[in-house]
Amino acid sequence: MKLTTITFVAGATIASIATADTVAPGDVKFDEYGAVAASLTGVAGDPANGRKVFMNRKKGNCLACHVNDDMSEQSFHGEVGPELNGVGDRWETAELRGIVANAKMMFDGTIMPGFYKDAGFNRTLKKFAGKSILTAQEVEDVVAYISTLKE
Amino acid sequence: MKYNSITAIVAGLVVVSTSAFAGEDSVLTIEGQEFITQAAAPAHMENVDTIYSGWVFRTDETQALEMDDFDNPSFVFVEQAEELFETVDGSAGKACVSCHESPEAFAGLRAKMPRVNDAGELETLPELINGCRTERMGAEAWKWSGGQMSGMLALVGLQSRGDIVDVAIDGAAAPFFEKGKELYYTRVGQLDMSCANCHEDNYGNMIRADHLSQGQINGFPTYRLKNTKLNTIHGRFKGCMKNIRATPFKEGGEEFKALELYVASRANGLMVETPSVRN
Repeated sequence: MKLTTITFVAGATIASIATADTVAPGDVKFDEYGAVAASLTGVAGDPANGRKVFMNRKKGNCLACHVNDDMSEQSFHGEVGPELNGVGDRWETAELRGIVANAKMMFDGTIMPGFYKDAGFNRTLKKFAGKSILTAQEVEDVVAYISTLKE
Repeated sequence: MKYNSITAIVAGLVVVSTSAFAGEDSVLTIEGQEFITQAAAPAHMENVDTIYSGWVFRTDETQALEMDDFDNPSFVFVEQAEELFETVDGSAGKACVSCHESPEAFAGLRAKMPRVNDAGELETLPELINGCRTERMGAEAWKWSGGQMSGMLALVGLQSRGDIVDVAIDGAAAPFFEKGKELYYTRVGQLDMSCANCHEDNYGNMIRADHLSQGQINGFPTYRLKNTKLNTIHGRFKGCMKNIRATPFKEGGEEFKALELYVASRANGLMVETPSVRN
C-alpha cells in the first residue's frame, strides 16, 4: 500500500516536470510554411542522443528512408526520402523541427510519418494509440543532430 | 539558364537509369517454362505503367530458389498437402480425393481467385477449401493461415502455375473491387501510410534493407526466408498493417477479402507463381 502511494507520487512528479515547458503534440504551432519556430521543450537538443534516435528502428528509424553518410558504418540506408547529407546547410532549425514533427504540414501527401503527432490516425494499434512516435525531447534531439549534417 | 535545363534533363536520365532495379532484366524459368515477370499494367491501374512480379525485386540467391522445385522450400509443404489430400477426415469419412480425382482437377482455378459466386458473395480459395471440409467432409475448418491450410493453398495454386492471372473486377465483382481499392489508398496506423505509399509510389526503392516491391500476390502462398514457412495473402496483409502500427483487419474478413480482390487484379497479366520464394 505504502509502495503504491510512493510510486504514485513519484509518477505525478515526473509527469509535472515533463509537462512544465513541453508543448503537447496538439499544441505545436506551425507557421504557414510548416516550420515550427519554438523549441518543443525549452531544453536544447542533444545531438548525440539525436543520432541514436535517428538510427534506432523502434524510434526515429530515419535511416529506413534516408541516406546519411555520417552513418556509413550502418550497412543499409533507405532511398524513399531525400538524402540528408548537408541537410543542416539547406534548412533552418525551425524548418527541420516542423518537418520532423509533422512533415505533412510542409509537404502535402508525403509518405513521411509525423513524429510528433498523437491523434487523427486510423486504426492505430492499441499500444501506440494516443501516443506520438517520438517524445518532444527526442524531436529536439533529432533536430539538433541533423542540423550538424553539413556538406 | 540553358545550361541549367540541360543539367536537369541529364540528371533526370541518370535517376531513371539508376532506379531500374537489379533483377529487372533477369528471366524467371521454372522447370523449363519461362515466366512473365513484367507486363503492361491492366487498364484499371491509373498510376502504374508496368507491373512486376515480386521475384524481380529479390536478390540473385533468393531468385534462384524459386527456379528449381528441388531448391524451393515450399515443396516440403506441398508434399505434406498431397498426403492430406488423400487423408480421410471428418464425420463423412471422406478425403479431398473422394470427390476430386487429383489436385490437377484444380488447374486454372488460382488464376481467377478471388471471385464472386452465384450467390453474389466474394469467395477466396481458403473459403472454398474450408467449405469442402465443413460441408462435405464433416471436418473442422482449418485456421486461415495455419500450416495445413497454407500447404493446401500451395498445392491447389501450383496447378495453375504459369497461367495468366485473370481476376474479374466487373459486374458482380465491381463493388468488392471498389471497396478494396479504397482500402488500398487509405492511410492507417501511427505511421499513417497506405498500401500505395510503399507499393505504388516507392517500389524499386530500398526501405532500409528491404527492396520495396509492388506488393503483387500472384506467388502466394509464398515461402519467406524470414519466417521459414508458407505465408498466406491475408497473413501478409496483417503483417504489413502491424509494421505501420495499425490494428490489422481480421484474416478472412470482408475488408481483407475485398483488398485481396483488388490487389490480385493488379497482377492481371502476370503469371501465377505459386508457391513462390521471397525474403
